[in-house]
Amino acid sequence: MSDHSLLRVNAVTKFYGSRVGCRDVSFELWPGEVLAVVGESGSGKTTLLNAISTRLMPTSGTIEYRMRDGQFRDLYSIGEAERRFLMRTDWGFVHQNPADGLRMTVSAGANVGERLMAIGDRHYGNIRGSAAQWLGRVEIETNRIDDQPREFSGGMRQRLQIARNLVTGPRLVFMDEPTGGLDVSVQARLLDLMRGLVNDLGLAAIVVTHDLAVARLLSHRMMVMKDGNVIEHGLTDRVLDDPREPYTQLLVSSILQV
Amino acid sequence: MNTHTQLATYNFAYLDEQTKRMIRRAILKAIAIPGYQVPFASREMPMPYGWGTGGVQVTASVLGPDDTLKVIDQGADDTTNAVSIRAFFQKVANVAVTTRTADATIIQTRHRIPEETLNEGQILVYQVPIPEPLRFLEPRETETRKMHALEEYGLMHVKLYEDIARNGHIATTYAYPVKVEGRYVMDPSPTPKFDNPKMHKSQALQLFGAGREKRIYAIPPYTDVISLDFEDHPFEVQSFEEPCALCAACDVYLDEVILDDLGGRMFVCSDTDHCEKRRADGHVGPLAGETAETAP
Repeated sequence: MSDHSLLRVNAVTKFYGSRVGCRDVSFELWPGEVLAVVGESGSGKTTLLNAISTRLMPTSGTIEYRMRDGQFRDLYSIGEAERRFLMRTDWGFVHQNPADGLRMTVSAGANVGERLMAIGDRHYGNIRGSAAQWLGRVEIETNRIDDQPREFSGGMRQRLQIARNLVTGPRLVFMDEPTGGLDVSVQARLLDLMRGLVNDLGLAAIVVTHDLAVARLLSHRMMVMKDGNVIEHGLTDRVLDDPREPYTQLLVSSILQV
Repeated sequence: MNTHTQLATYNFAYLDEQTKRMIRRAILKAIAIPGYQVPFASREMPMPYGWGTGGVQVTASVLGPDDTLKVIDQGADDTTNAVSIRAFFQKVANVAVTTRTADATIIQTRHRIPEETLNEGQILVYQVPIPEPLRFLEPRETETRKMHALEEYGLMHVKLYEDIARNGHIATTYAYPVKVEGRYVMDPSPTPKFDNPKMHKSQALQLFGAGREKRIYAIPPYTDVISLDFEDHPFEVQSFEEPCALCAACDVYLDEVILDDLGGRMFVCSDTDHCEKRRADGHVGPLAGETAETAP
């Protein structure tokens, strides 16, 4: 890992009226690092993720990102055009529900190729070539390239969504419950795939999940949230094997043993 | 102005002067920002939406007593829409009308651009049903406006990509998206893509009016209008295997006309004025003698 962090989150707070979404969250993320945010539903995980990924303006606090030129920029002070450009080139966002992240009525190939076309690729053959290659990497048969995602299974849709996000070579990927709603064998394969891709590409990722097993498999570091606050923060293995906060202990002990 | 009006109850060209001013303001703004859709307070017109209410309002606003008006529908001067709009302006503005492209100062059109090259000083007014080229890919108007503002046009190519993936070539044949002056992506109204090259660097002023959608946009004379495409699938216009059956013209847009119920058919110029002019000049197509068509 490099000496410079990729993302600096400073005292991010989001209020919904008088209700707290998340309060005073600060952390840094380094290139190639995977951070898991865990906690029960309603604990502010998704609010935090949306605030960091510029999808939801925080009430206070700053989020700085190191651009490709090496300079840190405050994400809410740059222009909207630049922010949206960043989102579709240097970032990825994997939604829990693939229908939110895919265009369900255009073919798989066009779904993967859209980002390339958005940054100015105008060669059909090359776009299609990249799309086919990425479908292969996420284990979707290449002959499905002209099928629409609505003809795909849940697991395939999720893999397609990942391919669509990674085609521009992003440095940071946000994932919101990436394995939610999938059955366990499909989950296992998806996790395996994601682990491989994150390692191969040196991606940094922030993964929001309520599933501690997902966090254990994917992440290096972990933040535990409760009622909008980060109550514990440390290396994943340390947090899971030696939880300090009573709530974390409860969470870890609540994992079902088979 | 009212001296020209036969019907004392109507203002010149039907619309009141305040409305015409408002529309002219929108037109001026549209000319200043080529390809940008300018909202305007579209009025109820004495015709249903979809019959050219936008085009009629634009024409009424730019029309003066000395103008000569031509109205075409699918290239023809003698179809219902063209005849009734022409009659409308004869009645409410008492302007001179013509079917000759070269004689007209204002041409209102639905779905075609005349074959004859337009000149400086002429105005071509298009009737537009759906002004937003991104509508079918992104239904949210708030989002498409943002995409125009930030010049995010990748989605337009997604549509063309889908065409090629499904059909092996770009199968969009009308309302083919164009980029105006290197900035705004624009819907050229449902003209066949055959006519797209005529918009590029045209000497005439081109105005687009969408009545139901309340938008006006424009292409000033000598403006770049480039049809979107891929490097390895370049933009191409339709080509026809046979020439016009009446005037033997080759490089024009043809309509198929069914002659009988035995499969008989012929292909004739969709631009009736162009066809008549060629026949008057002595060009004879293979079926010219066999039809009941009267000599021009």
